[in-house]
Amino acid sequence: MKRNARFVAVAAGVAALATVAAGCSSGGGGGTPTSSAGGGNTPAALTGDCAPYSAYAGHSGSTVTMFGSILSPESDSLNKSWADFTRCTGITIQYTGSNTFESDLPVKVNGGNAPNLAIIPQPGLLAQMVATGAVKKPPAGTVANEANWNDAWKSYGSVDGTFYAAPMSANMKSLVWYSPKYFKDNGFTVPTTWADMMKLSSDMAAKMTGAAKPWCGGISSGTASGWPATDWLEEVVLGTYGGQVYDDWISHKVKFSDPQIQTAMKTVADWLQNPAWVNGGVGDVKSIATTTFQAAGLPILQNQCGMLQQASFYEAQWPKGTKVAADGDVFAFKLPAVDPSIKTPVEGGGEFVTAFSDDPAVQAVQNYLSSPEWADSRIKVAPGWVSANEKVDQTLYTDPIDQLSAKYLADPTATFRFDASDTMPAAVGSGAEWTGMVDWFGSGKSAADVAKAIDAAWLTS
Amino acid sequence: MTASHVVMASSVAGQAATTLLGVIEAVGGFVAILFIVFYVAGRATGRLQKPIALIICLVPALFLVALGLVIPAITTINNSLTNQQFLGQQKIKYIGLKNYVYAFTDPATQQTILRTVLWLLIVPVVSVGVGLLVALLVDRMKHPSAAKTMVFLPTAISFVGASVIWRYVYDYKDPSLPQTGLLSQVVIALGWRNPPNWMLTAPLNTFLMMVILIWIQAGFSMVVLGAALKAIPEEVIESARMDGASGWRLFRTIQVPMIRGTLVVVLTTVMITTLKVFDIVFTMTNGNFSTDILARRMFSDMFVTSQVGRGSALAVILFIAVVPLVFYNVRVLRREREIR
Repeated sequence: MKRNARFVAVAAGVAALATVAAGCSSGGGGGTPTSSAGGGNTPAALTGDCAPYSAYAGHSGSTVTMFGSILSPESDSLNKSWADFTRCTGITIQYTGSNTFESDLPVKVNGGNAPNLAIIPQPGLLAQMVATGAVKKPPAGTVANEANWNDAWKSYGSVDGTFYAAPMSANMKSLVWYSPKYFKDNGFTVPTTWADMMKLSSDMAAKMTGAAKPWCGGISSGTASGWPATDWLEEVVLGTYGGQVYDDWISHKVKFSDPQIQTAMKTVADWLQNPAWVNGGVGDVKSIATTTFQAAGLPILQNQCGMLQQASFYEAQWPKGTKVAADGDVFAFKLPAVDPSIKTPVEGGGEFVTAFSDDPAVQAVQNYLSSPEWADSRIKVAPGWVSANEKVDQTLYTDPIDQLSAKYLADPTATFRFDASDTMPAAVGSGAEWTGMVDWFGSGKSAADVAKAIDAAWLTS
Repeated sequence: MTASHVVMASSVAGQAATTLLGVIEAVGGFVAILFIVFYVAGRATGRLQKPIALIICLVPALFLVALGLVIPAITTINNSLTNQQFLGQQKIKYIGLKNYVYAFTDPATQQTILRTVLWLLIVPVVSVGVGLLVALLVDRMKHPSAAKTMVFLPTAISFVGASVIWRYVYDYKDPSLPQTGLLSQVVIALGWRNPPNWMLTAPLNTFLMMVILIWIQAGFSMVVLGAALKAIPEEVIESARMDGASGWRLFRTIQVPMIRGTLVVVLTTVMITTLKVFDIVFTMTNGNFSTDILARRMFSDMFVTSQVGRGSALAVILFIAVVPLVFYNVRVLRREREIR
């Protein structure tokens, strides 16, 4: 029975796999970042159209590796945005994108295989990386550039009061997508207060028939399933209580089981778990849990759904040929504050350029990427990208959604806060809260039980 | 624009060339070392010949086993005793068996373990049952290869691929809308007005996902068991027939005992696959809606939610659960070899 001998080998092998997969983690010290950058050339003044890049010169022939979650075609736009920088300074930026970035980066860093620069979208992950001891402090030029951002941004790029990473792009989460055409045909107007929005929803629900409902939503998103619902809760917490409670909520001074957060959950439930209002074009409330966030808003185009609360980057999900404009097929309005006394609550997200090497060429790239000149260059390449850098030339934005987002993100009077779940420890923000939201929407678990489960995940040690 | 495209293209080609060169270098170096080792060993004679040959044959295997199995296993067991939260964390404390206590007391993890046991009991038995049935039936068909291919095809599909296919089968849309899910469409056509959202309805969703694994594994058991059935000597069957056994009786008293060894091996092999099944649950529900199983939970603890200690403890539990199956598998094979 030779045939079976092979099965034993296979069996032994697969038994081993369970432990091998886990074994990738080795405890203890962080890896040493490896830089392939050469450097060492004497600085040469750049002339002609290269003159603006003089500050970054002197490292010709170096290669700086960069790792992030941005994939093609957005990553192609990044590559184009620094093409002139590479041509003039001779520093090649080798960007690699991964759709499992959040789990890949710790493995790379821990394995001593860290990229020179990483574009980290979660302050929580940044804090985790800093705790490995592998993150290098930014050069003086980057620290100086940081003044161009609102103070809140600097704090999200800092860990325990030390500034580590400058923001790169920013996205605006407090938006509601709708169909201007559908609104116009039915005499609906864009709401400017929370009460207006609730009234509009019930008016719309009264008018709609069949599977059509005023709101739609989808929170399924692979390993990250549940995140859109965390945004809904964050919007309501920020819009009801303002920045202080929001910050205390992130640091767990205010627990999920706190009456304030419970009230916010109730507001979310009345809004997006209302059987008369959701889930437009798909089915019942529970179907929100199984609908992918990418597909969530598509019923808007068929007039099956009135509105979708989703971030500015949802623009990329509309099918080719959809006109995104105030008079087009779809557009977005700013989500009003639940409590009108909270001044322009804006929830956003973004990425932070984190260095694992202090090589001069790497620092030159860091300085360049934190400059308003680079942001301008990126904006010119393609729409769908916004910077919260206040020095950026606002007239460069061509896309209406970019203009709308930039208007609020660069507004110094707005109550800006970063996505809370991205800022909380990963065990909560990327674990228990995601699962909790899915249980809340999909399995009908009570808000109190969901809160209890999330609070329990907050490790005390 | 074109210029930058060219630059990008050439850099991609350059990277590819560098990688290729690296691969050639590594493989070439490996072959060269092997060549030298074998050459030296070939020259050795006399008393040293046997020990040298032993070492040369054993060392690479031992090295690879240590690198790929023993060291990671020890690291994982070590991690499972710590409060480590993420890879590369500094200041890690040993907390004894707390992670194991957590695994067996946390209600969600308890359910996950129970659910894994359920998978373990149902999937192998049904897969082997279906495989055996198909093997017996197909044997009497005119063109067995066509039917066999149909049943065996899913075995060739990756778990993720299969899950993506089945996601369309289980897709849910409000009954008033045009359906995209095959299952919903079929039951609506059969007169069930309001089919549930399949992947949301616990515990039905777990069983529906088991169907996917059975669909994949049945082909495998059919092929192996079919071959074992064919290997039964024709004389045995004939003499049994002459003694009056046929149909069910022939199957139960002659065929099954004669392929018992293969049956056990297929059963345990499918069991081991089931224990590690990760892809299906990961792709279909990501462990949500009360469908989580051990392997997926381990992955998410390790790589998504940064709880390396807890994830490692689950990995060790999984490992301990697989070991007896492997031992049993090996023992059955040994005994069979002795008989022959």
